[in-house]
Amino acid sequence: MQSPAKFLKHKGWHQTTIIALVGGIYVLGSWFLKFDNLNGLLAIPKAFAWLGVNFRPTANSMEYLPRIWQKLIQTVLLAISSTVVAAIISIFVALLGSKVTGINGFVQTLVRGVASFFRNIPLVAWSMILLFSFKQSDFTGFLALLLMSIGYLIRAFMEIIEDEASETMLALKATGANYFQVIFQAVLPQILPSILSWILYMIENNVRDATLVGILTGTGIGFIFDIYYKSFRFDAAGMTVLAIIIVVIGLETISNQIRKVIL
Amino acid sequence: MLEVKDLQKSYEKDKPALTNISFDIKPGTFVAIIGPSGAGKTTILRSLNQLIKDDGGQILLDGNDIRTANKTQLRKYRRQIGMVFQNYNLVERLTVIENVLHGRLGYKSTLAGVFGRYTQEEKEEAMSLLKKVGLENFALQRCSELSGGQKQRVGIARSLIQHPKVILCDEPIASLDPASAQNVMELLKDLTEEYNLICIANLHQINMAKKYADQIIGIRKGKLVFDENADLLSEDILRTLYDQDITKELE
Repeated sequence: MQSPAKFLKHKGWHQTTIIALVGGIYVLGSWFLKFDNLNGLLAIPKAFAWLGVNFRPTANSMEYLPRIWQKLIQTVLLAISSTVVAAIISIFVALLGSKVTGINGFVQTLVRGVASFFRNIPLVAWSMILLFSFKQSDFTGFLALLLMSIGYLIRAFMEIIEDEASETMLALKATGANYFQVIFQAVLPQILPSILSWILYMIENNVRDATLVGILTGTGIGFIFDIYYKSFRFDAAGMTVLAIIIVVIGLETISNQIRKVIL
Repeated sequence: MLEVKDLQKSYEKDKPALTNISFDIKPGTFVAIIGPSGAGKTTILRSLNQLIKDDGGQILLDGNDIRTANKTQLRKYRRQIGMVFQNYNLVERLTVIENVLHGRLGYKSTLAGVFGRYTQEEKEEAMSLLKKVGLENFALQRCSELSGGQKQRVGIARSLIQHPKVILCDEPIASLDPASAQNVMELLKDLTEEYNLICIANLHQINMAKKYADQIIGIRKGKLVFDENADLLSEDILRTLYDQDITKELE
């Protein structure tokens, strides 16, 4: 048994060593790559200044607004629909796969595996793969977002069920209620607020991701950003980015309000 | 009449959690199970409604063995056995009356249960039981807004609406302040007499066990060391049960 003073001294040394190690790796790395730290740092303000000058929306870019707005609505709807469908599928799969409501060990492992598979293939890769079968369409973007969201939501829902529902489940099982009665009367009402919170987060996230997917699938706001950017209409591209930022912040504000009410 | 014969259980091989537990309880009896933490009190209680599957023995409720029942039969036995938990185990987001009505699920068809359709009589009974536990004005409040003692009384009402022969209480007062604890114990005692129930409670408070229980069962390291009238619990027995002097608790 070591003394507390000695233990704390040890811990202090540990921290110092780790900080020195990280710093050393950085210095060694920049020497190796011949990276000029000072110039790199000075370039950042310049880059932002360039962005500010070229991407600043002008009075002329206002004429793009109706088109941007239309595409933006399309993208938001895509994000919401893919999340809602993903949530409905995920809740049932999560019930089958969680440790407290699951069927058996094999199904639990299978569900975990499938969720992890969907989650760990990057969204861009999903879009590219699906492009072959579904061509450039909104449906391709929908499917890519759907599969990704399912991967995340199954995992999240299973953990919510395991954390929040096991005690009430036990109580209702003890009254002689059967499996479906327990699920609908105890598990679902108990986990509903946490689940809604996750769905709202996933919608926010999917609006951002849908923009990226749109560039690849040729749909929505991502596509017109791509067009404006590649045809050097930087002011219109800047307008598009601004519109996306405003919508994402707006959605976040709304969902925070909803969370306050339900939790 | 509840008869337990030679109940056995081990969670790991060669490490018995319960060995040859046998006892009888007559209707209208309030029983306290006491013993140190980890002695096997919860295992006994949860074996009685088969939330934990034991390894051997017999559990006879009015002569029928619960242990050998199939799934459908087990549901029928479970609805005759109410259960009250240390953490109340209510659906916190639902109202008090909805939680009480959950006790009827064992009597309902799957569909009626899933959609929570209860008959007028069931709703009226739920209200009269809430009156009995002193919560008639809280029927439409969410359970999350209640105090610990109130939640426990909702739990008791939920078990009563099952029309139980037995109520199992797993540390019913461990999370409550002294006043609420007295209140809950008195309620359980009165209900045991009024409905001629078998009420079995795991307790850590020996003075509570002495004060309210008719019969006391002492468990130590998975073995039954005491099963007598509550008045016969002596300091000597407590010393063997807990491996130390705890006579102060008794006073």
